[in-house]
Amino acid sequence: MTKDNQVLEDITSKEYEHGWATDLEADESPKGLSEDTVRFISSRKQEPEWLLEWRLKAYRNWLKMTEPKWPNVKYPKINYQDIIYYSAPKKKTGPSSLDEVDPELIKTFEKLGISLTEQKRLSGIAVDAVIDSVSVATTFKEKLGELGIIFCSFSEAVREHPELIKKYLGSVVPMNDNYFAALNSAVFSDGSFCYIPKGVRCPMELSTYFRINAANTGQFERTLIVAEEGSYVSYLEGCTAPMRDENQLHAAVVELYAMKDAEIKYSTVQNWYPGDKNGKGGIYNFVTKRGLCAGDHSKISWTQVETGSAITWKYPSCVLKGDYSMGEFYSVAVTNNYQQADTGTKMTHIGKNTRSRIVSKGISAGKSQNSYRGQVHIMKRATNSRNFSQCDSLLMGDQCGAHTFPYIDVENNTAKVEHEATTSKIGEDQIFYCLQRGIDEEAAVALIVNGYAKEVLNQLPMEFAVEAQKLLALTLEGSVG
Amino acid sequence: MTATTSDIDLIEKISGAFKKTADAKDNHRREALATFQKIGLPNSKTEEYRFAPITRALEKNFDFDKTGSSSDINSIEKFLIPNLDASVIVFLNGIYSKTLSKIVSPESELRISNLKLSIENGESTPYFQKYLANSADVFSALNSAFWQDGIFIQVPANTKVEKPLMILHINDAENSQSIGHTRLLVVLQEGSELTLIERSASVGANAIFHSFAEEIIVKEKATLDYIKIQNDEGKLHQVANSIIHQSNESKLSTFTLTMNGSLIRNNFNIAIDGEKCESHFYGLYLLNGNTIADNHTVVDHIKPNSHSNELYKGVMDGNSKGVFNGKIFVRPHAQKTNAFQSNRNILLTDTSTINTKPQLEIWADDVKCSHGCTTGQLDEEALFYLRSRGISHEEAKAMLLYAFAAETLEPIKNHELKSYLDDLISGRLNKF
Repeated sequence: MTKDNQVLEDITSKEYEHGWATDLEADESPKGLSEDTVRFISSRKQEPEWLLEWRLKAYRNWLKMTEPKWPNVKYPKINYQDIIYYSAPKKKTGPSSLDEVDPELIKTFEKLGISLTEQKRLSGIAVDAVIDSVSVATTFKEKLGELGIIFCSFSEAVREHPELIKKYLGSVVPMNDNYFAALNSAVFSDGSFCYIPKGVRCPMELSTYFRINAANTGQFERTLIVAEEGSYVSYLEGCTAPMRDENQLHAAVVELYAMKDAEIKYSTVQNWYPGDKNGKGGIYNFVTKRGLCAGDHSKISWTQVETGSAITWKYPSCVLKGDYSMGEFYSVAVTNNYQQADTGTKMTHIGKNTRSRIVSKGISAGKSQNSYRGQVHIMKRATNSRNFSQCDSLLMGDQCGAHTFPYIDVENNTAKVEHEATTSKIGEDQIFYCLQRGIDEEAAVALIVNGYAKEVLNQLPMEFAVEAQKLLALTLEGSVG
Repeated sequence: MTATTSDIDLIEKISGAFKKTADAKDNHRREALATFQKIGLPNSKTEEYRFAPITRALEKNFDFDKTGSSSDINSIEKFLIPNLDASVIVFLNGIYSKTLSKIVSPESELRISNLKLSIENGESTPYFQKYLANSADVFSALNSAFWQDGIFIQVPANTKVEKPLMILHINDAENSQSIGHTRLLVVLQEGSELTLIERSASVGANAIFHSFAEEIIVKEKATLDYIKIQNDEGKLHQVANSIIHQSNESKLSTFTLTMNGSLIRNNFNIAIDGEKCESHFYGLYLLNGNTIADNHTVVDHIKPNSHSNELYKGVMDGNSKGVFNGKIFVRPHAQKTNAFQSNRNILLTDTSTINTKPQLEIWADDVKCSHGCTTGQLDEEALFYLRSRGISHEEAKAMLLYAFAAETLEPIKNHELKSYLDDLISGRLNKF
């Protein structure tokens, strides 16, 4: 137990540990958004004409759209003209190996605990690190290349595999899907692209670390993962941002495309700056994530641990188009202080015999508001489809709120849909039991919360599970008593 | 919300009709009309009315320029519940009918007066529109502007009303469309007890629009059993806005049965504004044909230490559509609340649909709240079991459906009423 106490002490005495800024010379677009900004980004990235057209079309669509008002979150109006839409660390040519990477940047990663060199040697994870929009180094690329796996930055993919990008870009999340997806489509700066060829099982976990660095820069990432027939890939995404007072906007798009018999597992640990104790600052995380199970027997699984961001607005969804396809969503969302989260999933059953499973665990503390919003839609053709949803909320303190908005729309009479939700607090008897055995209250809470979230944490790859457990405890520091 | 031009036309038409009503100069009504115009009619993008195409139905089927139809109904025998000795208050096309109504309870148990008069003489002013705000729902505002007639019912303190009271809405659409706006105000004083039944029935094949709004106040230690029977076989389009306000240690049990009608929308709210209250909130919808039944319910826990239990079940056949939205609010400081909600559905055909949204919003930590929701079909194995014992498919199906549905009848205490409802339900299930 002393070890556990030590861990808790460590984290309780900490403020946001990733709160520092690296002095990197940045190549920035002027503030504000117009067609010129879109052209600026496109030309800076030396993009082909069709992509510029695509961006401009998205931009024109965006102009006609209005910001969604339905999420259960409150924030001051975003001034879209006060954001720098593009910021790249100044480097004339892209580095071909780690040695060429700016030493400042390497230090940044080391502080984050994901030193590229370390990771390359020890953990066997290929990291496509993204600092402020431009992918700086991609490791293990050669090794993956042997298997025919393409794992590179989005801009590189545009240059080297334009036919794939052209085919799949916007195929799951159309450019005019929603307000933030349209914004992203117009100004997306970089991101990751991953292509797993037919029958290949990706031998390692692929991973990116997003990090928002320069002040006042929104980050508009775009991730596209395509899994060909019978392939498998597990993808990790981790996010942190330095401490800043102003709110920063993050509007990313993630598209997953799974063919027949393919499986994609997408895990996220989101640890962005949530703002300070008084609710000042923090990231606005408005993300569109969607996976398409295009082929029969395909499977897409989302796992997320959300501990950061001032506001989270995110619904990783699955479109189950292929017969016998399967979608999964496992989520732990923790909010503390003034954080607000409106997150959940959408399972759209189109194909026959499709199955989906939703496990969502919300934990709210302090003055935060935590909402689960999900839709299970069984379409007419989706005979014998099956859904099970469970969303539990845990409340800590009497000033926070937990909300559940499940939409269940069934148009087929052979479908079975189940939904259950509970709301509770940590039992006094549970705490008492721990106290009796010499576990102090804070440690007891960490223990109970971890047990509560176990079902989801178990879905995470090992390295992430450890980090996620620490994050959970960190986010809830000082919320008891 | 951007209103389409046809919506605006309809709002104008309705507003035009308002000017012709007798009370058009009344300030409260004019305010209500302004609220109605401001909110506007719902369309498919309006979150609360996404699945209830009421505006389209109003547009298509009703002419708001025309005045209400006349009626020559002189017997209500066939609309009554057999063997049930109850007082009956009848509204005929939205107007209270003295000749058809029959009060069997003595004045000392049940005080019934005209709502308009009771507002004028100040008797009902402490209660009228205290809990049902115009702004809460567009049809509540519409009703506040238009209500033609209403009844104010009071049960004196510590009195038990021995015989049930039935409110019967008869919509006579024999000769032309029928549009009625009725209003009800019920106050159960401290420690009183009442069984209230509300039912609508129609005559004729023309379209009917019935807007109904009611406020029921259940004071300390009072007990209310409330049963709504919605098996109107006419072309009924109904929006009922109900709010029941509960004070300390009061007990409430409700049962809503929806079986027929073109489009039935119930906005049923329970405000638990007292400690140690008990609320049982039951509903059953057995739909066929093209019926759309939309139950929007709210259980609002405002004070601590109360208990609520909500159970709504539905069976959808034909092209019918069931909609359920159940909100549970637990406000800050409503600690030690127990709130349970369950919604279970069976779809019998592939052209029927169910849209359900069980919604929990909790702002207090020391609570026990849960909700569950299922959609499925009859268990093949159970069917097989019954078939293997020589029971026909139809009969086996009806038996299983009955077992599914009967649970919702649990809170009904009155024997005659229970057996009547039981027959209604079995009759319908045998036809599925």
